[in-house]
Amino acid sequence: MAIGIVGAAYISAAILFILALGGLSGQESAKRAVWYGIVGMALAVFATIFGSEVVLSASGWTILVLMLLVGSVAGWYVAGRVKMTEMPQLVAALHSFVGLAAVFIGFNAELELNRIHALMAAGTPEAAEALNALAGFAKVLAHKTAVEVSILKVEVFLGVFIGAVTFTGSVIAFGKLAGKVDGKAKKLPGGHYLNAAAAIGSAVLLVMYFNGAGLWSLGLMTLLAFFIGYHLIMGIGGADMPVVVSMLNSYSGWAAAAIGFTLSNDLLIVTGALVGSSGAILSYIMCRAMNRSFISVILGGFGSVAGPAMEIAGEMVAIDAEGVAAALNDADSVIIIPGYGMAVAQAQQSVSELTRKLRAKGKTVRFAIHPVAGRLPGHMNVLLAEAKVPYDIVLEMDEINEDFPTTDVAIVIGSNDIVNPAAQEDPNSPIAGMPVLECWKAKQVFVSKRGQGTGYSGIENPLFYKENTRMFYGDAKKSLDQLLPMID
Amino acid sequence: MRRQCIHVGEKLGTRGIKVKIGAPKEVIEGEARVAMTPDSAAQLQKLGHECLIEAGAGAAAGFSDAAYEAAGVKVVKTAAALAKAAEVIVKVRPPIDAEVKRLQKGQTLISFFYPAQNKELLEAANAQGATVVAMDMVPRISRAQKMDALSSMANIAGYRSVIEAANNFGRFFTGQVTAAGKVPPAKILIVGAGVAGLAAIGTSVSLGAVVHAFDVRPEVAEQIESMGASFVFLEFEATQDGAATGGYAAPSSPEFREKQLAKFRELAPEMDIVITTALIPGRPAPKLWTEDMVAMMKPGSVIVDLAAERGGNCDLTVADEKIVSANGVTVIGYTDFPSRMATQASTLYSNNIRHMLSDLTPKKDGVINHNMEDDVIRGATVTHDGAVTFPPPPPKIAAIAAAKPKEKAKELTVAEKRANEVALFKKQTRNQVGLLAVGTGLMLLIGAFAPASFMSHLIVFALSVFVGFSVIWNVSHALHTPLMAVTNAISSIIILGALLQLGSGSWLVVVLAAISILIASINIFGGFLVTRRMLAMFQKS
Repeated sequence: MAIGIVGAAYISAAILFILALGGLSGQESAKRAVWYGIVGMALAVFATIFGSEVVLSASGWTILVLMLLVGSVAGWYVAGRVKMTEMPQLVAALHSFVGLAAVFIGFNAELELNRIHALMAAGTPEAAEALNALAGFAKVLAHKTAVEVSILKVEVFLGVFIGAVTFTGSVIAFGKLAGKVDGKAKKLPGGHYLNAAAAIGSAVLLVMYFNGAGLWSLGLMTLLAFFIGYHLIMGIGGADMPVVVSMLNSYSGWAAAAIGFTLSNDLLIVTGALVGSSGAILSYIMCRAMNRSFISVILGGFGSVAGPAMEIAGEMVAIDAEGVAAALNDADSVIIIPGYGMAVAQAQQSVSELTRKLRAKGKTVRFAIHPVAGRLPGHMNVLLAEAKVPYDIVLEMDEINEDFPTTDVAIVIGSNDIVNPAAQEDPNSPIAGMPVLECWKAKQVFVSKRGQGTGYSGIENPLFYKENTRMFYGDAKKSLDQLLPMID
Repeated sequence: MRRQCIHVGEKLGTRGIKVKIGAPKEVIEGEARVAMTPDSAAQLQKLGHECLIEAGAGAAAGFSDAAYEAAGVKVVKTAAALAKAAEVIVKVRPPIDAEVKRLQKGQTLISFFYPAQNKELLEAANAQGATVVAMDMVPRISRAQKMDALSSMANIAGYRSVIEAANNFGRFFTGQVTAAGKVPPAKILIVGAGVAGLAAIGTSVSLGAVVHAFDVRPEVAEQIESMGASFVFLEFEATQDGAATGGYAAPSSPEFREKQLAKFRELAPEMDIVITTALIPGRPAPKLWTEDMVAMMKPGSVIVDLAAERGGNCDLTVADEKIVSANGVTVIGYTDFPSRMATQASTLYSNNIRHMLSDLTPKKDGVINHNMEDDVIRGATVTHDGAVTFPPPPPKIAAIAAAKPKEKAKELTVAEKRANEVALFKKQTRNQVGLLAVGTGLMLLIGAFAPASFMSHLIVFALSVFVGFSVIWNVSHALHTPLMAVTNAISSIIILGALLQLGSGSWLVVVLAAISILIASINIFGGFLVTRRMLAMFQKS
């Protein structure tokens, strides 16, 4: 295939990728858009394989087909089996793959470069012949000028660095989300100074590598970057995971872009930039929803407390399923606020059933989703969609917050900080200023919660003490199942 | 006497004997309520107590002796026998002298008591060595709401006042357009938006009347409006902060009063029904509806004065009576509204009592622990351990959060708004131009050193970032998870790098490239498939 046709395929692929992302603006267009992405990817891969730049021997073909086959079966298997509550860990795991691939490809670039330089330095006829026989990436390398090679080295270094941070970071994020690593924020003694030291060390290694220190400096830097990724994510707690996962998503994109520079491949650059900016925007949205700066999330922990927290008057009043059922039977409008607790208790099916029953009785039932509810941006929407809750009654915070005063019953299922009135009422609260769902303005609030403890942030929630709040203790799924037969 | 050997009032029942709680029949004539219902008795037994009731005590409230017996309550023939057998006496009205005489050392009496007005009664009860818990002294804090009997009785009074008014009012409450002609809705003014006032608002709104309500505490305006009435607004500076007085109204200044009366005079001719509920703790009721206002009202109008017991808010009110004024306005001054709904009132009051006893029995083991450290119990206890403990120290927790002075959002003039907009626009322009300048400078710097081939890639990169930003901002929040999955899949475009390297002559490069192809293809297939799976789930209703 001629170079021109490969280029044309790349242009089509890039446009298809942009359309694939743009189509996600609505649920219906998204279903079409994902096909654009699939076709774009197929075009790009086939054009590359059959293009003039890849010349494969028989064994090369065997490896290629084998790897694609194994990879596709594995991917198909995982995608078909994963539960929707496990989406955060799946996304994190997939990020780690991109990171690792970036590291390998970066190393390959360095290895090829060394090989070619060795051939050039040899100057023998055999070497000259071998140089002429070079194909693909190696051929491109052989034609680079000295300045281009220097730039290439920086690109390789950056690609490997970002890839390595993404890899270990994603592995740790996966572990935390899957419950295999303790979700609490943990740091080695020295905290962020260790990260800073590792980053400075990497910068020094960059200079050494640039001046021809060779493969060992690249390798050492990779180890340092592995450490940074590990330590950075270990220091971030469970509820900040939406930011972390979006950040890693962003990194995986930048890594791809950096590798694109290395390989002088525009499609890689375009796609990497798209993914990188997508992740960056998601991180920004998540941070804004918590009223915290990106830096403060990454450095871990909440902001300093300005003064003593406001005293909370009143007591938590418990209620049983009968009481909740009576209130729901009387209510005309209901808003449900799901949180991570719903995912943990696997209660989405029961929530959906409750919604169906209430809607069948002609009541208005809607869902209010806070941007940081769950462990992944948009996590709650996916869980509710899986449980067959129609998406047009699932609303964003900004769309529904004004409707609480005219709502009869608000049900909080497994969320805490995102419904904490202290964010508005107590200027000394660590979450002061964070946008929250104003569920306490509803006539009655039921909070389904396992016990009396505080949420992830450890902040007392005055909502639980409000006069119109009743605590519906117990496992969310069990409580709801107990409630269901009483709705008539 | 068995009771004598129990340590005075502190821990009744510690010796394994169940505490007996007895409710006598109310002796005051016309009082139909009772302090214990079969339901509340069942709950009390769950706390480990034994329940007694005087024969016929619940009859007037609609609870037969048989119903009590069915609930496991022992029916005792006479009040005297009950007073002897029970360790805790629960009542509605303050005890009369004969009842006080029956009190024994160590016995606990729980009832309305009004200790401020009934000093002698208090002394007498103390002289008997009894502990008295006054239900009217329960502090007004959120924790104690469940035992706030004044509120539950006021709620009933508010409801009943509207019913009494309707009963004496010759027209519909709700406006109707009938075949026979149009009926205007009744106009109701409710003065004082405490518990009774709010209940009256709710009842009259649900009957379809047009309701106006007034209160000296401007912070209740929100509550009034939430009930569906319109707040009668009085333009007056330096109004008092109601929260400072434990949630009750305090006397107002003469100037304020004048303003208020002027407003009422303005409203009087229009109003069909006036319900007054204004009370100030420990003082006679303020006179708010004067004789001349009554004279201004239309014949057939109705005034219900819920403050009649303390002299009434209306000049014409006669306590416990219904009178008709010279111009045909009915003035109702009944003081026994709760008793007129004895079943409901008894149910709520007995629940209040039950909550009080459950606070007095913290371990639910039938052992009464009179904890004087507890704000609520301390506040309600007026005699204890042979000493008068009234008045209580002020509660530690404020009733309502003090109303914060609200800064009025200044109405901006058109010119100011314009100026703000211009300033904002200028600031944005400055920021954008600044960023562009820095960015361009950076690009120039890179361009000065980098080769042309790199620059062409950089252009592609920069434009892609811009495209990415503008595309992603439009992605719906609900689809953020599919977005992450799909970006994951397409970021595996990195597979192209591995494909290009697979043809290398070095075995190490081939191995690394092969692994990269493997994991990237997992990512491609996994990412796209899981995205499709997720998107297929989103269904419209």
